Amino acid sequence: MTRPNTYRSGPDERGHFGIYGGRFVAETLMPLILEVEKAYREARADPAFEGAIREQLKQYVGRPNPLYYAERLTEKLGGAKIYFKREELNHTGAHKINNCIGQILLARRMGKKRIIAETGAGQHGVATATVCALFDMPCVIYMGETDIARQQPNVFRMKLLGAEVVPVTSGARTLKDAMNEALRDWVTNVADTYYLIGTAAGPHPYPAMVRDFQSVIGDEVRVQMQELEGRLPDSLVACVGGGSNAIGLFHPFLDDPSVQMVAVEAAGHGIEKGPLAHAASITGGRPGVLHGNRTYLLQDEDGQILEGHSISAGLDYPGVGPEHSWLHDIGRVEYVSATDQETLDAFQLCARTEGIIPALESAHALAEIVKRAPKLPKDHLMVLCLSGRGDKDIFSVAQHLGVKL
Amino acid sequence: MSALNDKAVDNGRIARRFAALKAEGRAGLVTFITAGDPDLETCRAVLHGLPAAGADLIELGLPFSDPMADGPAIQAASLRALHAGTTARKTLDLVRGFRATDADTPVILMGYYNPIHAYGVDRFLADAIEAGVDGLIVVDLPPEEDEELCIPALKAGVNFIRLATPTTDDKRLPTVLQNTSGFVYYVSIAGITGAASADNAAVGAAVERLKRHTDLPVAVGFGIKTPEQAADVARVADAAVVGSAIVTRLAGGLDAQGKARPGLAEDVLGFVRELAGGVRGARV
Repeated sequence: MTRPNTYRSGPDERGHFGIYGGRFVAETLMPLILEVEKAYREARADPAFEGAIREQLKQYVGRPNPLYYAERLTEKLGGAKIYFKREELNHTGAHKINNCIGQILLARRMGKKRIIAETGAGQHGVATATVCALFDMPCVIYMGETDIARQQPNVFRMKLLGAEVVPVTSGARTLKDAMNEALRDWVTNVADTYYLIGTAAGPHPYPAMVRDFQSVIGDEVRVQMQELEGRLPDSLVACVGGGSNAIGLFHPFLDDPSVQMVAVEAAGHGIEKGPLAHAASITGGRPGVLHGNRTYLLQDEDGQILEGHSISAGLDYPGVGPEHSWLHDIGRVEYVSATDQETLDAFQLCARTEGIIPALESAHALAEIVKRAPKLPKDHLMVLCLSGRGDKDIFSVAQHLGVKL
Repeated sequence: MSALNDKAVDNGRIARRFAALKAEGRAGLVTFITAGDPDLETCRAVLHGLPAAGADLIELGLPFSDPMADGPAIQAASLRALHAGTTARKTLDLVRGFRATDADTPVILMGYYNPIHAYGVDRFLADAIEAGVDGLIVVDLPPEEDEELCIPALKAGVNFIRLATPTTDDKRLPTVLQNTSGFVYYVSIAGITGAASADNAAVGAAVERLKRHTDLPVAVGFGIKTPEQAADVARVADAAVVGSAIVTRLAGGLDAQGKARPGLAEDVLGFVRELAGGVRGARV
């Protein structure tokens, strides 16, 4: 495969990252997808739009959040110098809000009157409900019944914020089914509704747009690392479900050849146990077409989509953002995986060592750091995207540890 | 997107059927069932009985795990079919078996792209032609993705029937119609299958609008549930498509375990006969 001059120019005008991406949607939605694309292109060219986002991120979200030197964890692992990018300190407790601020400002610009979204763990649902409250827009969140059962605190948060949470009972009742249901709503309410997709996946322009809104993560890391260490980081580690926090951290560094990037998928009970036991689309899937884009998917021989498994509801999605599929194929980013057990261990280690309870999603990335850092020299600067806080997960973790709350 | 110059000649079954309907001075009835719903045997009985019950064209759903443009009735049908072990290959087997008994009724496969993508586009097209498939409707392949399957299908001689919708405005319509063949399927409402019905005047106006842009026959579907509604559509369009209502009738013939009760196929075909009566009597 030939090496491109830059890794940062994608997608092309038809939304392709190499062979991935595209616009695989029903005709009813196609005119709307084109409208979103045009509106986003115009908004990006408008300094007032950029200014409004920057203002909200500063005053409402609380950015920039710290690039924190995790000294005790560094000592404990005895190798690389570990920094946490503290996305969990954002308002609403995860990176998801970065994207929601950008998209709701776009929806308002487009004159849309109603917001819909899908959610898995509930973090994107909470972030969406939050910005809808802030901008006084009606909000409907689709969430699988299975996820509703395991993420009660977030369901209540969304309701407190004034959102309507619609339980989805089709399929395995998790994130992919919630996305199907959101698409069904959108196709029915095309005129006034904006679909606020939560990850860097879906039809063009969503993968590129969500990446752009999340790139504030990597942009800040670049500046902060320069201030702290006077140079670029050596490696970046992030978890990947759909992949929005990872692409947001990675994208600003893709053309810095000295920066290594590692994305961690959810291996669930173990990749070797077969496609129903994990949610690692790249490590354990193959390319296909779902939810508007071509990308790596968990699917059977007949092209039927499989229900992935992960301890983390936020990674429990059978696909991944198309830019990740491309970055994997060209070898710019390394894709690895962490099991439920490795994740639980890292979750507890982080809580006890650093006094930070991480989201189970982010704990997958921590599990990789635990494996990787000890083998690296002490001057190796490693950045972990601590994408979310773990308060929402204490009930599931307690259950896995056999503790009754 | 460019116009296709080297389109292969298809078997002509769809064109012949619409020509015959025109000669009879009536609209056609297009019936949708999902392949392998509720099981292959029962589906075969329904499929083989459709022409005699009055179906002029047959849409056979290629089941998919994530039918995001479909309402609850067809979602459930798709899941029943998958649980019964239906695959793309078995769907083509159903068509092949049907073709052995009926050489004239067009069969159109309707579904989503991923099962075809997984099968391999070229292999799928070759096998579909061999089985006797006349056309494809693939919901998640808009004109923007024509190179994926539409153009290969047209080159191979398989019709690619496009959906036009209320959101497809006059500016976009030529894009949608450019590589469409066989007929145009007008989705009469912005929504999912089996939802609300459009009003007659709006459907009539939409068909007129389409006719200004194309000489292809126009079939209208989504939300047609009764023989009366089918008759209303038959007065203004070249064909009426009924899907969710037939699938719902079929689901009514299942026992608590989801197995077909005796007489299910006859009951479904009886309903098709009523729909055909509506369509055939519409312009009298």
